[in-house]
Amino acid sequence: MLARISKYLTPKAEIPGGVYLSVSTLTGVSLFAFWCLLSYGGLVRPDFLPTPDAVVAAGYEGLQDGSLLKHTWTSTSVILSGFVLASIISIPIGILMGSFKLVEAAIEPVTNFVRYLPVSALIPLLILWIGIGVEQRIAVIFLGTVFQQIILIADTSARVSRDMIDVSYTLGANRRQVVTRILIPATLPGVMDTLRVTMGWAWTYLVVAELVAAQSGLGYMILNAMRGLFTDVIFLGILIIGLLGLITDQALKALRRWALPWA
Amino acid sequence: MSKLLIEDVSMRFAVRRGDAPVVALEGISLEVADREFSVIVGPSGCGKSTLLRLVAGLDEASGGRLVLDGEPITGPSRDRGMVFQSYTLFPWLTVRRNIEFGPKLAGRPPSECADIATRYLEQVGLQGFENAYPAQLSGGMRQRVALARALANDPKILLMDEPFGALDSQTRSLMQELLLAVWEQSQKTVLFITHDIDEALFLGDHVFVMSARPGRIKERVEVTIPRPRAVEVLTSPEFIELKRKVMGAIRVEARKVAAAG
Repeated sequence: MLARISKYLTPKAEIPGGVYLSVSTLTGVSLFAFWCLLSYGGLVRPDFLPTPDAVVAAGYEGLQDGSLLKHTWTSTSVILSGFVLASIISIPIGILMGSFKLVEAAIEPVTNFVRYLPVSALIPLLILWIGIGVEQRIAVIFLGTVFQQIILIADTSARVSRDMIDVSYTLGANRRQVVTRILIPATLPGVMDTLRVTMGWAWTYLVVAELVAAQSGLGYMILNAMRGLFTDVIFLGILIIGLLGLITDQALKALRRWALPWA
Repeated sequence: MSKLLIEDVSMRFAVRRGDAPVVALEGISLEVADREFSVIVGPSGCGKSTLLRLVAGLDEASGGRLVLDGEPITGPSRDRGMVFQSYTLFPWLTVRRNIEFGPKLAGRPPSECADIATRYLEQVGLQGFENAYPAQLSGGMRQRVALARALANDPKILLMDEPFGALDSQTRSLMQELLLAVWEQSQKTVLFITHDIDEALFLGDHVFVMSARPGRIKERVEVTIPRPRAVEVLTSPEFIELKRKVMGAIRVEARKVAAAG
């Protein structure tokens, strides 16, 4: 037994699947048990830490009056609109920027400057310009992700092997064909990875935008619950955001496997 | 008449602006006859890959002239197929689609492309792998596909830049035999680059030994070993005699490179 545990503690050593699963389950169960202990045990006031059943009850109530679905839908539609818009623009620009010095010269300096501006700093300006409607939050998601995506995709495009491009010239490809038949497919796996990473960031920006100015959405729901000390609703909101993040991540992962079986 | 004619070719590049340009190649002249297997051997850094890129049309010479079948070389073309040392298969295409890539670009009808692919799959011994993706293949198999892909265009000359350099020595030896078999069947003109003397002498009709910095053709060695050749020739007295000759010429050059840092 001791010898086996010592083997599991070797750096980079593989461990049996069963052990892996048990340990991760144990962490989850322990966290939940800790939560139960603190809340049911009366160690923390219920206004600060709700009991698990209070969170479930809040979820049930939200489903009954339809508010939960409305908030979830608002958030999801905002994030998808901003994200899709950003991706439509960043994918072609990124691919070209990584491979054409002219495009790089035109776009990279500006992009590198803008991407270090925290998008939350732009929110007041965006409120002034476009108000506090849904467009403002879409703009936050868009600005928060598009520049990051451009830089990351340009990196993948720049890493496409020079020899692979040269070999396609010797096989009879012209420059246009090198872009359409080599650069674009060769960059796709990197594009998919970039989308997955930036999708995580998009959720962060969304909640920031909703906390500042919104009349609906999960961030708004959380902020509103804070005013009434409804910590169960706050917990519910956080759990749903986590869950939605997990689902979008898995969906993008599945899309990559399905669309790019070779990568 | 020679198939490929390289006449007084030189190549200089500026490493940094303002610095004196580095002379990579100087006064290179050589001729390759139709259906001949020519090998250029030299120490690393002697500019042999640069020379091959000039023949491929991927770079432009600073001086001199390169002529294939009486036509000056001005840019890359499907007439000059190339196999690189690095793996250059398109990972998103199956083995079959990789081989069909050239004929498809040339606008050949699908049925003809399929026939061509089948023929070359067979020649390189990869029947049964046509629907595999490159990531599923070993290094040797990938280079066989790369060879088939280059041949599928029916090029006038096949350019090979240390194509087996990344393979382990057993695989490399098998690949050399396979290449000879394919070459004897296809009767292509081949220009092959390597730093491996055994490989050069085993494959070539003649071997050009290159000097380093600036790269020049130092010697042309006729490989008098009869064909078809099998690995056994590697230990024949005749082979060893040739090897001694080439090795002596190359070691002098390798020392120069090492001394220059």
